[in-house]
Amino acid sequence: MAKRIDVSGLHVYYGDFLAVEDVSMTIEPRSVTAFIGSSGCGKSTFLRTLNRMHEVTPGARVQGKVLLDDQDVYGSEVDPVAVRREVGMVFQRPNPFPTMSIYDNVIAGAKLNNQRLNKSAADDLVERSLRGANLWEEVKDRLGRPGAGLSGGQQQRLCIARAIAVEPSVLLMDEPCSALDPISTLAIEDLISELKENYTIVIVTHNMQQAARVSDVTAFFNLAGTGKPGKLIEMGETNKIFTKPEKKETENYITGRFG
Amino acid sequence: MTTTDPSTTAHVPRGKRRIGDVVFANSARGSGILILVILAGVAAFLVAQSFDSLTANTANFLTTSEWDANTREAPAFGVLALAFGTVLGAAIALVLATPVAIGIALFIVYYAPRRIAAVLGYLVDLLAAIPSVVYGLWGIGWLVVQLAPFYTWLETYFGWFPLFAGPVSTTGRTMLSAGIVLAVMILPIITAMSRDVFLQVPQSHREAALALGATRWEMIRMAVIPFGRPGIIGGAMLGLGRALGETMAVAMILSPSLVVSWFLLQSGNQTIAAHIALQYPEATGYGVSALIAAGLVLFAITLLVNMAARFVVSRRKEFA
Ligand SMILES: Nc1ncnc2c1ncn2[C@@H]1O[C@H](COP(=O)(O)OP(=O)(O)OP(=O)(O)O)[C@@H](O)[C@H]1O
Ligand SMILES: [Mg+2]
Repeated sequence: MAKRIDVSGLHVYYGDFLAVEDVSMTIEPRSVTAFIGSSGCGKSTFLRTLNRMHEVTPGARVQGKVLLDDQDVYGSEVDPVAVRREVGMVFQRPNPFPTMSIYDNVIAGAKLNNQRLNKSAADDLVERSLRGANLWEEVKDRLGRPGAGLSGGQQQRLCIARAIAVEPSVLLMDEPCSALDPISTLAIEDLISELKENYTIVIVTHNMQQAARVSDVTAFFNLAGTGKPGKLIEMGETNKIFTKPEKKETENYITGRFG
Repeated sequence: MTTTDPSTTAHVPRGKRRIGDVVFANSARGSGILILVILAGVAAFLVAQSFDSLTANTANFLTTSEWDANTREAPAFGVLALAFGTVLGAAIALVLATPVAIGIALFIVYYAPRRIAAVLGYLVDLLAAIPSVVYGLWGIGWLVVQLAPFYTWLETYFGWFPLFAGPVSTTGRTMLSAGIVLAVMILPIITAMSRDVFLQVPQSHREAALALGATRWEMIRMAVIPFGRPGIIGGAMLGLGRALGETMAVAMILSPSLVVSWFLLQSGNQTIAAHIALQYPEATGYGVSALIAAGLVLFAITLLVNMAARFVVSRRKEFA
């Protein structure tokens, strides 16, 4: 079930380098939140702290608090592995496991939780997840074929199917369409709109129209200056951010005027 | 066997041909052809030189185990026990070395702190630099002595298992000892190859697994091992090639007898390479030619093993 994310006073460091400074925000369940902002302002960095994926990077660490409903994501007794099962992630480049079939890709994560997944339950899960990712019709006759043999857009939807097969409550997507053509991009955007019925979705995008099309809430990040950390400048209803933002910086970015 | 396929060298488009390209293409093609010529030359030599004794042989070369070749009258010899010993020794080595090598490689790449990883990698590479005579000396002077009581223990508790049936060799100079020494010898190559492929596993695959909620070990099983499989098989194949042909260490450790025996703890067995090395100085009559025939069999086994491994690697290529 979709969960609320509550971030307060979050700083993210790479070693001594402060990459993101003092972010506080609330992300509502069953909504799509878009992160926009110029390159290098820490959108990916911040996104990865929401499911503790930043811990994979040597030297990366955080200060501050992230709550998933009422659970502290960074609590000392909390296992990052459990957090990632709850908060799924889709990456910029489609990354299906190249050695696995389409079928095995979809159940890869689910198998971790449940080693003894029986055949019919697995079949159901695969169909349900692929349908959920709008991919079922295209691949149902070749589930045994390698996942890497699909087109880029199909691969990305396969990755989404793989992520939702774990039944997370939140889905994080870091520029999920930036490697895709316009048709595949639309397919994914439609999918995002459907998925928000059941998940909390956070998407990073450089595509303003995309943010305007799919998101309910938009958060604008910016750098305080070169070499300075990234900051959350403004967050609000997408409509409002794109029509009458409160901050000058936001307006400049949205209208394409910089500096 | 690594052969460069000469047909893959440059289809230079028509038009201006640069002198550097021409020289490079031709020298690459030349090296490719040279390798084929050497391979064919060795095979031709083995066939031609063994022809003499094989036609005079009164026993079936492939199905007998005795070796009565040092004569001009009615030689009777066969390669069965030797071929069996060769494959058995190499198989033991492979079975022992591969899991350890994968473990070391995983430890170096994913678990060890950087400094320890570097030292460990260096030590493993050093293992490869030790000459095989030294391994032989170590094997016979130290290892077999240590192993003998362990073999007795194995026989006491696991003697019911056919491979470990007694009577145990009291000297420890058994096929299992030879296999263990061979395992140590092939460990570095398998480790190095595995480590190299593990280092190449794309970050995106590893992150894909971790983002699904995989633990580090699950990530390794899901993303690293499957990706690295061709490299592991390649390393194992190279190791197997070395184990099949290894001469000195085996010749020193085994107390040979020409029987087909599955009993790893009993003395007996011999490998082709060690047999050739030990017999060659005393070979008379058809002896030399017969040994060359044994060499031909070793050559064929190595070739077959390599082709089988290549088949295994390529079979799942569409998934790689
Ligand atoms: N692994 C890392 N180690 C050190 N610094 C990093 C690392 N990853 C990112 N950074 C730094 O952190 C800052 C934020 O980077 P991040 O990738 O989060 O930006 P982004 O907003 O996602 O940019 P883009 O829109 O280009 O994806 C940058 O200054 C970057 O150089
Ligand atoms: Mg980014």
